[in-house]
Amino acid sequence: MKSSRGVFSRTALVFGLVFLYVPILSMVIFSFNNSRLVTVWDAAHSPTLKWYAALMSNGQIMGAAWLSIRIALISATGAVILGTLTGVTLARFGPFRGRTLLTGMTTAPIVMPEVITGLSLLLMFVSLEQLIGWPKGSGALTITLSHITFCMAYVTVVVQSRLVGFDESLEEAAMDLGARPVKVFFRITLPLIVPAILSGWLLAFTLSWDDLVITQFVAGPGSSTLPMVIFSKVRLGVSPDVNALATIMVTVVALGIAASAIWMRYQNRRRERDEQLAAAANL
Amino acid sequence: MDNRAGRRLVAGIPLLWLLLFFLVPFIIVFKISFSEVRLAMPPYAPLFQWLHGLPHPQLNLGNYAFLFTDRLYISSYLYSLKVASVSTFCCLLIGYPMAYAIAHAGPTWRNVLLMMIVLPFWTSFLLRVYAWIGLLKNNGVINNTLVYFGLIHEPLPLLQTDFAVYIGIVYSYLPFMILPLYANLEKHDNTLLEAAADLGAHPVTAFLRITLPQSVAGILAGSLLVFIPAVGEYVVPSLLGRSDQLMIGRVLSDEFFENRDWPVASAVAILILLALVIPIMLFQHYQRRELEAQK
Repeated sequence: MKSSRGVFSRTALVFGLVFLYVPILSMVIFSFNNSRLVTVWDAAHSPTLKWYAALMSNGQIMGAAWLSIRIALISATGAVILGTLTGVTLARFGPFRGRTLLTGMTTAPIVMPEVITGLSLLLMFVSLEQLIGWPKGSGALTITLSHITFCMAYVTVVVQSRLVGFDESLEEAAMDLGARPVKVFFRITLPLIVPAILSGWLLAFTLSWDDLVITQFVAGPGSSTLPMVIFSKVRLGVSPDVNALATIMVTVVALGIAASAIWMRYQNRRRERDEQLAAAANL
Repeated sequence: MDNRAGRRLVAGIPLLWLLLFFLVPFIIVFKISFSEVRLAMPPYAPLFQWLHGLPHPQLNLGNYAFLFTDRLYISSYLYSLKVASVSTFCCLLIGYPMAYAIAHAGPTWRNVLLMMIVLPFWTSFLLRVYAWIGLLKNNGVINNTLVYFGLIHEPLPLLQTDFAVYIGIVYSYLPFMILPLYANLEKHDNTLLEAAADLGAHPVTAFLRITLPQSVAGILAGSLLVFIPAVGEYVVPSLLGRSDQLMIGRVLSDEFFENRDWPVASAVAILILLALVIPIMLFQHYQRRELEAQK
């Protein structure tokens, strides 16, 4: 009787995972299809790499990808700095005036519909330009400022929950021994939250690289990011070189995840070995 | 002294940033939603005019009145709420058993499974929605397969339907439902279930009376994480949805980009927010409780 519930939920899990992965797999498979119809397999001439070649020689896509990478690098770094400051503030500073406001402003962007965030940021930039003449028009700068803003919320959550999990005794001990707060942060707090900062940076990079809706509002005519170019292409229907692009992106992500899994396993092993050595030394 | 100044700096920088790039923008949207549209740059009239050295407000409710008189806005508003509710419910139906199975898997499997749930989230949202065009269109994978096996003779119209929008939203937001549910279910104490079984309770009864009530917080968090962004969803209906029935996010964007009517676009934004105020506050409440429980 007990296992019947297990069987049901396990079956649901398998079907759910199939549901999650079939679309991705289909993009990968059809990226090697020779036919222009994309989903009609041309067995005589497939597999082929011609859509990858077409992708590489597509100057518009390559240019947009380069712009997206630069924006994502800067946005992720900015978001990590601001998000870490926020995370430390919320996890360590206790009650202060403005705390509720800060908490609200960090969780709200995560759930806010993107059309609203995009619209409000653009209207703000326009008003600001009228008022002080900066920023001059929309472009890479306004995109980056917007990305930093919505990405920092995610970094905050990651850093804050990591900090909340640690007790403060180490930091308090260092303070008692006379270390200045800045030194305590860089010597104790920061090393503790490095994993959170790294995953926050990666998350922010991915979100910035991927964002379409907010970017469309604040981009202006001259600067098209990769999602904007893809969106205008696929609005007209499936396109084989987009499948090739998707395959490349999926491969990069899979390799990245595999690398991080191996690194984490290595770290765990090293920690276990150190603990064993320490235990042995105590004997 | 030095300590307090330092703290003020650490807390002050993000606070100022968010005030400027999050709160002030909303106040501006709110303000512009009461302005009149005009042909200029920016295309709206100032809210205050200075007469004899005194501010003279030009508040007008015309934009909101307009939204309620034109059928287009009301129907796309209600349609969005319907799509978001149905999708959230489907996410819950699919996500709950999945989260349950992961929470009851062995520790090694658990991490692998969680990784598999999160992995699609790291690949492009836009491209994952795009993949469904290839699956759902008339000569797409699903129709071709059904025709090949002789189950149907004519391709089924799947793309540009409500069904396609539900699939797209459920597919994109399923991890957001599973993760909070998993976090909740994983903490449950199995001894209660064992006790119920010892006392002769049917597993279904035990599930309904013990597991389900304990997981209400997780259900709520997951549902809010799906429902709130789904109401304003733009990409999924644009790529997979009907062209005769728009969702409210698309209406907002069309008002802004096609009609260049910034005041009406702002009024639409305020209207969407009104529907979401309670869900967003509920979510914040939950988030705070989760962080406090971790301590």
